[in-house]
Amino acid sequence: MALQSLDILRRSASPTPAPEARTPTEIAKLIDVSVCIGCKACQVACSEWNELRADVGSCIGVYDNPTDMSSQAWTVMRFNEVEQNGTLEWLIRKDGCMHCADPGCLKACPSPGAIVQYKNGIVDFHQENCIGCGYCVSGCPFNVPRLSPTDSKAYKCNMCSDRVAMGQEPACVKTCPTGAIQFGSKEDMKEVADTRITDLKSRGYDQAGLYDPQGVGGTHVMYVLHHADQPELYSGLPKDPAISTAVSLWKGALKPLATLGVAAAGLFGFFHYITVGPNRADDDDGHHDTKTEREDAR
Amino acid sequence: MSKEKLIQRYNAAERINHWIVAICFVLLAISGLAFFYPAFFWLTGVFGTPQLARIVHPFVGVVMFLAFARQFFRYAHHNLINREDVRWMMSVREVMKGNEVGDIGRYNGGQKGMFWLMVLCMILLLGSGFIAWRPYFATLFPIPVIRIALLVHAASALALIAGIIVHVYAALWVQGTIRAMVEGVVTHAWAKKHHPRWYRQMTGDTSAAD
Repeated sequence: MALQSLDILRRSASPTPAPEARTPTEIAKLIDVSVCIGCKACQVACSEWNELRADVGSCIGVYDNPTDMSSQAWTVMRFNEVEQNGTLEWLIRKDGCMHCADPGCLKACPSPGAIVQYKNGIVDFHQENCIGCGYCVSGCPFNVPRLSPTDSKAYKCNMCSDRVAMGQEPACVKTCPTGAIQFGSKEDMKEVADTRITDLKSRGYDQAGLYDPQGVGGTHVMYVLHHADQPELYSGLPKDPAISTAVSLWKGALKPLATLGVAAAGLFGFFHYITVGPNRADDDDGHHDTKTEREDAR
Repeated sequence: MSKEKLIQRYNAAERINHWIVAICFVLLAISGLAFFYPAFFWLTGVFGTPQLARIVHPFVGVVMFLAFARQFFRYAHHNLINREDVRWMMSVREVMKGNEVGDIGRYNGGQKGMFWLMVLCMILLLGSGFIAWRPYFATLFPIPVIRIALLVHAASALALIAGIIVHVYAALWVQGTIRAMVEGVVTHAWAKKHHPRWYRQMTGDTSAAD
């Protein structure tokens, strides 16, 4: 969705800086899982606003439907039953792009401008520049981007960047009936989270906390979790997400190293040729040293 | 040079085989470097569009691997490293000055080393390329495996590119070598100087003994 009404902070495969003059406020979406009732209104709102229609799935014994994100389902509710403190808990998490401050997808993307990060924190895919390599899928620490089987382009939640650009909240936020999803400046959302966490703690959830993982520089989708010490309980939310070492090496150290190696090979050849000269075997009788008269340097 | 004496080094089938691999390599290097270095992304334009470059790259890779496999079976037995080759490798500085070292057969230590480097790179490239190949095969593998495959693919591709630069330079430097892979022949003088043992095998001439 190439919408240029938001300022760009970073652009995939573009090493030179983006325009820096304007500094809009960082935004965030706050998802309070303790208030979520799993109604999936956010899924429907997302599909409606973005004009997406996932195939009608079938029941697999749990409420998850669709069972996974796809190019046609940018957010899905994940339901998990766990036993905590001796009671059964039904943990429901709205899964989707976390809009990392340090996005692994953008780091991995080889196509200039296929992935951009706006200054407000939204990470957006511009499908017209996407080449379908799937590097973003490997780069993402949250397993979010999905390649479309029809057009081989990557899709994910764009935090309704078109709505946000017009000063509106994302569709999922607007539709949430319980206020489990809130939207505002990141600072404000942290404050809201604090009051919620205090409340949860007073009601016996000692480990309640905010999920804003610093391994990816913090995220622009944050969760309030009753068990912030065990995010894995929430259908595999990673405890300490970070861009993988393999991706960092591939997109980091390997580049200068490879440049050095390839340049060394080329330069060595060139200077070897102009100093030693060609290796000729121009005589039938072999052993024949070509003598070149030299003017001795004094 | 009206009646220079020639020895056939590569027959037509071998030359066609070599140049199929070489053309594939160039196409793969162009598109691969474009995916690796943002500054070279424009090279995808060689294929029409970046999307086409991404689609074509793995198919060309398979062709290159198959053609290279044919070469492997042609030349592997010529590339077993022996004591003479180790001696060659130890005295590579002398060789670089243009002074041949040792009683070299069909291939010298450097060529053999390059052969095995290429074999290693080709195996790594095929394996990792298969794992990372979207949309067909990547979905069969867990994401952490694909991440390693992408790193291995890029690293081995760049090792191969550096290796090929050396390979091409060596062919340019040792004059008369290109002809072996273009016309298929080398001169007696070339063979006697650079591959004396192979020269004796080919001609029965024993005067080129070390």
